[in-house]
Amino acid sequence: MTAAPTSPDSPQTRPRTRRDWLLSDAPQTRRQARLGAIYQGWLTFRANKLAMLGLVILVLLIGMAILAPWIAPQSPYAQNLADRLQPPSAAHWLGTDALGRDILSRLIHGSRITLFIVGTVALIAPIIGLFIGTVAGFAGGWVDQVLMRITDIFLAFPKLILALAFVAALGPSIGNAVLALALTAWPPYARLARAETLTIRNADFIAAARLQGAGRLRLLIGHIWPLCVSSLIVRVALDMAGIILSAAGLGFLGLGAQPPLPEWGAMISDGRAYILDFWWVAAMPGLAIFTVSMAFNLLGDGLRDVLDPKGDKS
Amino acid sequence: MLSVSDLNVWFGQIPDRVDAVRGAGFQVAPGESFGLVGESGSGKSTVLRAIAGLIPTWSGSIRVDGADLREGRRDRAFFKTVQMVFQDPYASLHPRHSVDAVLAETLRLQGMDRIDQRIVRLLDDVGLGQSFRFRYPHQLSGGQRQRVAIARALAAEPRLLLLDEPTSALDVSVQAEILNLLADLRAEHKLTYLMVSHDLSVIGHMCDRLAVMQQGRIVEILPVADLRAGRSTAPYTAQLMAASEGYRALEAAPAP
Repeated sequence: MTAAPTSPDSPQTRPRTRRDWLLSDAPQTRRQARLGAIYQGWLTFRANKLAMLGLVILVLLIGMAILAPWIAPQSPYAQNLADRLQPPSAAHWLGTDALGRDILSRLIHGSRITLFIVGTVALIAPIIGLFIGTVAGFAGGWVDQVLMRITDIFLAFPKLILALAFVAALGPSIGNAVLALALTAWPPYARLARAETLTIRNADFIAAARLQGAGRLRLLIGHIWPLCVSSLIVRVALDMAGIILSAAGLGFLGLGAQPPLPEWGAMISDGRAYILDFWWVAAMPGLAIFTVSMAFNLLGDGLRDVLDPKGDKS
Repeated sequence: MLSVSDLNVWFGQIPDRVDAVRGAGFQVAPGESFGLVGESGSGKSTVLRAIAGLIPTWSGSIRVDGADLREGRRDRAFFKTVQMVFQDPYASLHPRHSVDAVLAETLRLQGMDRIDQRIVRLLDDVGLGQSFRFRYPHQLSGGQRQRVAIARALAAEPRLLLLDEPTSALDVSVQAEILNLLADLRAEHKLTYLMVSHDLSVIGHMCDRLAVMQQGRIVEILPVADLRAGRSTAPYTAQLMAASEGYRALEAAPAP
């Protein structure tokens, strides 16, 4: 990083611009130091063009979801059987489906559902995984054994099959699909968190904190979690695509969002019957899923550069 | 200040149990600087870690300031009296905690007040300016990291400092700086040192008395003056001396 041009030794000289203030190598306050660190991370992230592309796509997606009722040209539920299965045209940019509903409007409204599913799963699964993994790794002994065997049981089933079983038991709906996905997505995070914890727990800095009288809970939350979280965040960002596809898969099988909700996977499922003659009905939501999955993958790659603590040493 | 007697430390369970320290005993008077010397694997660091409470499997008696230490967790008073500086400053600082966070947390854990002023003073004490306060370990050199680690150990205002080869991971020029800093701090804060090193010259520079360890046993305890004069009784001490002398002689000899 470029150093601030002002002398870092004299606290009297105020750095000139905001950029200098942020990049100062001698911050005066905690707030300045924290903002500076965030800004440095942002600079690293910005240098990665592909990650920026992913971020832009996701910001557009979020904007689209928030503004859905205002930017969608039509209601996602408005049927017009006279206009059914129209190809993309000026009136319907992405065509219409079997009930004459505007596909673009359905995609725009569907982004809300997609974001809801992905956001909730991405919040619940890593937190369960982080908790179970770090407790198992840190406590060791029989706690470790019990927690890891439970994790193994979950890992032994294919993810989607297990999710299917959960949804079948709980009844098909979006909420249950989210729950099922979250319950099946956490074991890899738990494994990851445990592996990280095992490498950290005997480190000298943990011993040093112990020598200051730090309790187990403080060590776990204050010292071990910060080192596990960054790899988990990266892993989540890379898994987002898989979560979207799993949610779409559940929707495709009719176990996620129920019609007439414009969930992307359910839309593909609707288009399946016409896929050869009216390709756009299935292709458009497919394209949307592909774009968002790719955006999350690109973002994950960029986040890895920023968050990976091992990269700091270079 | 510190009295260790008949200390045994082991790792693992009976079939593959390793006895790292066997029947070690020594005393350190208040204000004294006591050295533990030995080759790698002689158990000198293990003694230190057992005293600090980082190894639970030991037997014998360890008394700090008259208080008998039991196996298991140490109490708050112990952490306020005894602190430790670790060998590798690259491993002993949390990579995600800034200097400020490390010292603030330590001070809070030790129940100190006026944390901001204390951080400023600690950094001054170890010769780091305020510009280092919000740095992260990866932005510091090895010597600077070790200074932070020393500041952390001093935060509790302890009276006994356990030094586990505090300079062996550093460059030679930085080693001298850190040793001088430690010597100054000892005079200033009236600290008692228990220092582990494999380097006789470091011990000779820093300590008043030393114990020589070999394969988990203490073979000899003698004043540094006796060591310098070559008045050691155990043959192993003489060997160690000869080894370090020989090394130095080789180094000093002009290249043929």
